[in-house]
Amino acid sequence: LSGYARLRHCPVRNSTLLVVPERIVV
Amino acid sequence: MAAVNPPWAMLAELTHGCPLRCPYCSNPIELTSRGAELTTSQWLDVLMQAGELGVAHVHLSGGEPLLRRDLTEIVAGADRAGIYAQLVTSGLGLTRERLAALTAAGLPSVQLSVQGADAASSELIAGRRSFAAKERAAALVREAGLPLGLNVVLHRLNLDDIDAIVDLGIAWGAVRIELANAQFYGWGLANRAALMPTRDQLDRAREAVERRRRRTGVELVWVVPDYFDGVAKPCMGGWGAVSLTVAPDGRVLPCPAAYDLPLDLPNVRDHALAWIWSESSAFRAYRGTDWLPEPCASCALREVDFGGCRCQAFALTGDPGRTDPACALSPDHGLITELAARQDGDLVYRDPAGR
Repeated sequence: LSGYARLRHCPVRNSTLLVVPERIVV
Repeated sequence: MAAVNPPWAMLAELTHGCPLRCPYCSNPIELTSRGAELTTSQWLDVLMQAGELGVAHVHLSGGEPLLRRDLTEIVAGADRAGIYAQLVTSGLGLTRERLAALTAAGLPSVQLSVQGADAASSELIAGRRSFAAKERAAALVREAGLPLGLNVVLHRLNLDDIDAIVDLGIAWGAVRIELANAQFYGWGLANRAALMPTRDQLDRAREAVERRRRRTGVELVWVVPDYFDGVAKPCMGGWGAVSLTVAPDGRVLPCPAAYDLPLDLPNVRDHALAWIWSESSAFRAYRGTDWLPEPCASCALREVDFGGCRCQAFALTGDPGRTDPACALSPDHGLITELAARQDGDLVYRDPAGR
């Protein structure tokens, strides 16, 4: 990941989310 | 009732207090007083509920969020809730020590506002000396290794300065420059004629943005103007579909400009966020497309723009349920074309702080 990207599991959607400013990659 | 998809994002208006007096501010004319703000523990509870609801991204905004002495605790609360936080700030009050504490608490990104390409034009809009402090804040953000977004609200007084604004963003180290055409809500609505650009200005600015996109490595975001394109924007990605706003006093809004709409706004002091999102009358009022009037109800774009902006319909017609007058098919579109041709009036500066 870039220094500011975060990767997390979303139990609500059962998806992995890659989050950066203003954008969410599902 | 059909199941409601969870929200992606939350705008947390931590305070309406602000050191700047920008006349385009979309905060309501009736600002929330500092004494009425949610406490630290209430904000932490809101963030935990938001994370459990599915919120993945939060803008920590205001007003000026740095006025909250507990901002570091709030950032840590967002991090614990698994929510990506972006600090939306004027930069005034940001010090190396404060930013270090925020970063240690888990802050991953900062969006800095600037009102013009140089001190004179920026401070004319900000209503006070502030440009040097913003430049220092930008340097601190880059020094801390955080991605810097720059937000510049565009209007008649600075639309001819696109190249200089982009140059400024590059010089300050921004990775993303949001060129946001002024939207007319709150204080912006009170200043509509004073801020209204001309069509020629917009055409030139659009060309400048396209030209710079081809040559610039920085991401340039062009936020479309409301009054000139003859199309309704898919405001907020749909009412109660993507995002929610929590006001400083705990009221929850489907849109940050919805303060004045005739809605029974729920409050996190009285209700769980999940109930507010799924079942409150305010969030159900214009969710989906079943409520749409004609010509929207039979329009091929109804699932694209959702009838446009409820707050704009209310501001211009007094009825939030009408087709957004920005759409050329709206029976009220004449209001927009008439207002877009009016460029006059003096600036009315925002109240500097929540009373």
